[in-house]
Amino acid sequence: MRLVRIATGCDRMQLDQMYQEIILDHYKNPHRRGLREPFEAEVHHVNPTCGDEVTLRVHLKGDGDRAVVDDVSYDAQGCSISQAATSVLTDLVVGRTVAEAFDKHAAFLELMQGRGQVEPDEDVLEDGIAFAGVARYPARVKCALLGWMAFKDAVARVVETNGVAAR
Amino acid sequence: MTAAPEKAPLDVATIRKDFSILERTVRDGHRLVYLDSGATSQRPRAVLDAERAFLETSNAAVHRGAHQLAEEATDAYEGARARIAAFVGVAADEVVFTKNATEGVNLVAYAMSNAATSGAGAERFRVGPGDEIVVTELEHHANLVPWQQLCQRTGATLRWFGVTDSGRIDLSDTDGLITERTKVVAFTHLSNVTGAVTPVERIVARAREVGALTVLDACQSVPHLPVDFRALGVDFAVFSGHKMLGPSGVGVLVGRGELLGAMPPFLTGGSMIEVVRMEGSTFAPPPQRFEAGVPMTSQAVGLGAAVDYLTEIGLDRVAEHEHQLAEAALHGLAGIDGVRVVGPTELVDRAGVVSFVVDGVHAHDVGQVLDSLGVEVRVGHHCAWPLHRRMGVPATVRATFYLYNDLDDVRALVDGVHEAKRFFGVGEAPAVAAGEDRNGV
Repeated sequence: MRLVRIATGCDRMQLDQMYQEIILDHYKNPHRRGLREPFEAEVHHVNPTCGDEVTLRVHLKGDGDRAVVDDVSYDAQGCSISQAATSVLTDLVVGRTVAEAFDKHAAFLELMQGRGQVEPDEDVLEDGIAFAGVARYPARVKCALLGWMAFKDAVARVVETNGVAAR
Repeated sequence: MTAAPEKAPLDVATIRKDFSILERTVRDGHRLVYLDSGATSQRPRAVLDAERAFLETSNAAVHRGAHQLAEEATDAYEGARARIAAFVGVAADEVVFTKNATEGVNLVAYAMSNAATSGAGAERFRVGPGDEIVVTELEHHANLVPWQQLCQRTGATLRWFGVTDSGRIDLSDTDGLITERTKVVAFTHLSNVTGAVTPVERIVARAREVGALTVLDACQSVPHLPVDFRALGVDFAVFSGHKMLGPSGVGVLVGRGELLGAMPPFLTGGSMIEVVRMEGSTFAPPPQRFEAGVPMTSQAVGLGAAVDYLTEIGLDRVAEHEHQLAEAALHGLAGIDGVRVVGPTELVDRAGVVSFVVDGVHAHDVGQVLDSLGVEVRVGHHCAWPLHRRMGVPATVRATFYLYNDLDDVRALVDGVHEAKRFFGVGEAPAVAAGEDRNGV
């Protein structure tokens, strides 16, 4: 029995590294969920290997370098990792300029593609640092990036049509 | 009557010794519980040895050259073809080697569009506006997308059988769906998601009445059940080597000899010709007509060895063994609140493919917990997205059983699902003492 318990403890530690409390909190209580108006672009992204999907809208205020992400709203279906990552995304980018938001995007992408070797900067990624453990599981990286890629795509579309300077 | 010795239950412990990979541990020391053979199976030593022995003694390009190695390689390649053909009840020249089953379906679909510009003998393969191709809603994408594309290229119309709530093909309107307009009926023998076995004879009987060609996706049936394509009466069938203990990179298209003889080629080039002149070429008889270029050889030899291995054990015993594992899994999962099996729960016409969802825990998350315990299952839509949509679930967890799995594996799966529910706090008592923080264990 003792051996079984130790093994169970190890399993949970491994799982706990991936499913940090922060992730489970965002999963159970996602921030800014739902589709809202106004918005300048709406995108639909899917993860073709698992069927997870997200419909995401962005609303930008202002022009040129001063354009600010005023709202990110979304409707998504997917695992805890993809749901939580999208929730964290909205915390990180709403109220920021497009350039700042893209910097967050780049930092999150670097973390997720780092195979667990990248030390995240909490000042930049805040709750996003909780995903460091996910980066060790290549099959789950796409889950974490689903909402983030949709966000970048949506902003790029607004920038394209409205000529907002992203950087 | 004494029981025939080949009906004895499988000696799984002995079989497992043939699969070295099953000795390894995963995720920090867990016994590997491999429940993903529906995606790809593991290979016994006999298959690996056959490939290596071929490469170390007889490797050469087959069907070209007159030297001794070329002769031995060709014999090995054609010998494998003959054994594989006998294994599924057809003649050797009715077996075409392809890269995989997907290529087999594409081969038929592209041959049908090529028929538009081929000679008079190819007329029966032509499709166009007004013609219909019938598939089913539970197909693997490999037996759906090539037909969608054929319709797009030719102007034919795609129609499909629906699926019942228990995950079987809904055959209630077979006569209405398969009509004089139908040119092809493409359907699976055994669903890779629900485990349902199709009553092939019913569909074949109707297709014959209207003169439609039948194409059977046998990827999940040939590895797990005794299959005789001649007895089933289908015109074409496909299956993959890697799902039946064989190598990847080799699959099989089976076609009735008379049809293969009339069908235009898909890929063209070396090996598949009869006479080549600058003005034009004629083609070799089947199966060579459909095997352009230097084919995979050690893989075909390996698949021949896999067929020998399965024949020695006996597919009827394999099927019975998997039936018992499926029964145990369905029973175990039925005892867990909030678990819903996507597929038939009765064990009639049903194989060892068990897909399910857990209320409140996404399939990916269930899979992650199972993986942390060494239980390797498939999660997602398993290349059958329309079926998942029809069943009202975005994704499922799928366990598939094979001859090397045992009841311990089933227990590990069921225990793992309980653990997933506990971990995500969905209606089970926590595994750790009250007050203990999850991160503090």
